[in-house]
Amino acid sequence: MTTSFHTVVLAIIQKDLQAELRSRELVATMLLFSLLSVLVFSFALELDRVAEEQAVSGVLWVTLVFASLLGLNRSMAIESDNASMDALLLAPIHRSAIFAGKLISNFLFTLAVGVLLLPLMTLLFNINLLSGWLWTVLLLGTLGICVTGTLLATMAIQTRAPSAVLAIVQLPVVLPILLASVTASNGIIGDLPFSDWIAWVQILAVVNLIYIVLSFLMFAYVIEE
Amino acid sequence: MSESAPIIEIEQLSKAYGYVPVLKKIDLSVAKGQFIALLGANGSGKSTLLKMIAGLVKPTGGIIRVGGWEMPKEAEAVRAQIGMVSHKALLYNNLTARENLRFFSRLYALSDDNRINDLLKQVGLEKRADSLVNTFSRGMQQRLSIARALLHNPHVLLFDEPYTGLDQDAGAVLDELLKDAHQAGHTILMATHQLDRAARLADRIVIINRGAIAFDNTQSLSSNEISTLYSQTTGLATAR
Repeated sequence: MTTSFHTVVLAIIQKDLQAELRSRELVATMLLFSLLSVLVFSFALELDRVAEEQAVSGVLWVTLVFASLLGLNRSMAIESDNASMDALLLAPIHRSAIFAGKLISNFLFTLAVGVLLLPLMTLLFNINLLSGWLWTVLLLGTLGICVTGTLLATMAIQTRAPSAVLAIVQLPVVLPILLASVTASNGIIGDLPFSDWIAWVQILAVVNLIYIVLSFLMFAYVIEE
Repeated sequence: MSESAPIIEIEQLSKAYGYVPVLKKIDLSVAKGQFIALLGANGSGKSTLLKMIAGLVKPTGGIIRVGGWEMPKEAEAVRAQIGMVSHKALLYNNLTARENLRFFSRLYALSDDNRINDLLKQVGLEKRADSLVNTFSRGMQQRLSIARALLHNPHVLLFDEPYTGLDQDAGAVLDELLKDAHQAGHTILMATHQLDRAARLADRIVIINRGAIAFDNTQSLSSNEISTLYSQTTGLATAR
C-alpha cells in the first residue's frame, strides 16, 4: 500500500528541478550572493598575496555555507507555501523518502553553485582551485551542509521566523563540516603532503555519515508536530 | 470490512497541546457514504479532529480506525484511503495544474494520465491544465485541490473550511463538486462555519464545543434550526 521509496524520491527531485528551471529563484539567488561575496573578498584581499592564499579556502566555504542558507530557506518555503508539505504528509509514503528527495534536490542546487564558484575563484584569486581532491572535498562538504540544512530547515519552517532560526541552528551544527572542509581545502590548495590533509577528508566523510543516519532517524519526528 | 461497518471509528480520542486540552475523549462513528458537517466555534477542535484522522496530528490518547486500519501503526494504509482539502491549496505554485496532479499521482503510485484529464474536466479546469497554479484565482486553486484529493479515489474526503476566501460563484461551484463527490459514494467530513451549506449538503450535523461533541443529529434540519442549535450549544450568535 506504501508507494516505493525510490518512486517518491525521484518524484520530489523531478518536481523541485521542474519548479526551479521555471522560476530560477533558488540557484539564481545563491549564485548572485556567492558572486558578490567572492568579489568583495577578492577586492579586500587583493593587495596581500599571502593572505589571499591563506584565506581562499575560508572564503570558499563561508560563501557556500551562507549561500546554502538562502537556498535551503527558499527550498523549504516552497513546501510551506500553500501548505504543500501537508499534501506530501497525506500521501501513503515513508517520511524518510520525503527527506531523501528534498536532500538530493538541495544538494544538487548547492553543488551547482559550488561547481561554478571554483573556476570563478580561480580567476579572481589567481590560485588554482581545480584540483581533483578539491572537487571531492566540495562534494562531501556540500553534502554535509545540505544534510543538516534540510533537516533543520524543515524544523525552521514551522517557526515564525524561519530564516533567522535556520541560520541560528544551522551554523553551530555545521561547524564540524566547515572545519574539516576548510582544513582539507587549505592543505590541497597549499600543496601540502597528502598525509597532512587526507585525515580531514576522512573525518568529513565520517561526520557526513553520522549526520545522514541521524537526520534520517529524526526527520519523521521533526516533520510531525 | 462489511458494508454496514463504519468506515471511520473514533474512540475516546483526546488531544492536548501542553496542558491545554483541544479534544476531550471524543467518540464518533461514521457510516460509509455519510456526509458529516462539523460545526463549532473557532478553536473548538474541528480542524484538529480532521488533521488527526488524516494523520497530520498525533492524538494524545484514543483510537482512530479508517476502513478497519488503525492509526498510527497502520498510518500508510489509512492515508491511502483519505483525501483532504483544506483552506490552503496544498499545491505547488510554480507547477501547472497538470504537473501538480502528475506529481501527486506519482506519490500514490498512479500513472494514468486519463485519470488526470478526467479530473481536470470534472473540476472545470481542462482549458487551464497547462497554466501555472500561481496564475489561478482562489476558487480555481480550490477546485484543483479537490482534483488532487480525488486522484487516488479515496473512500474518505476531509474538507477543512473549504469555503474560506471563496466568492459566491466559486462557493456554488464547490457546492456542486461536494454534491458530486457525495453522490459518487465518498464519505465526507467537512468542518465549516457555513450553517446554510451544512444544512443543504450534509446528512449529519455534528457540533463540537470546547473539545467535546455537543450535538449529533442525522435528521434533516433547516438552516434556521441548525442556527438555533448552534447558538444554544456554543453560546455564540450565528451569521449565516
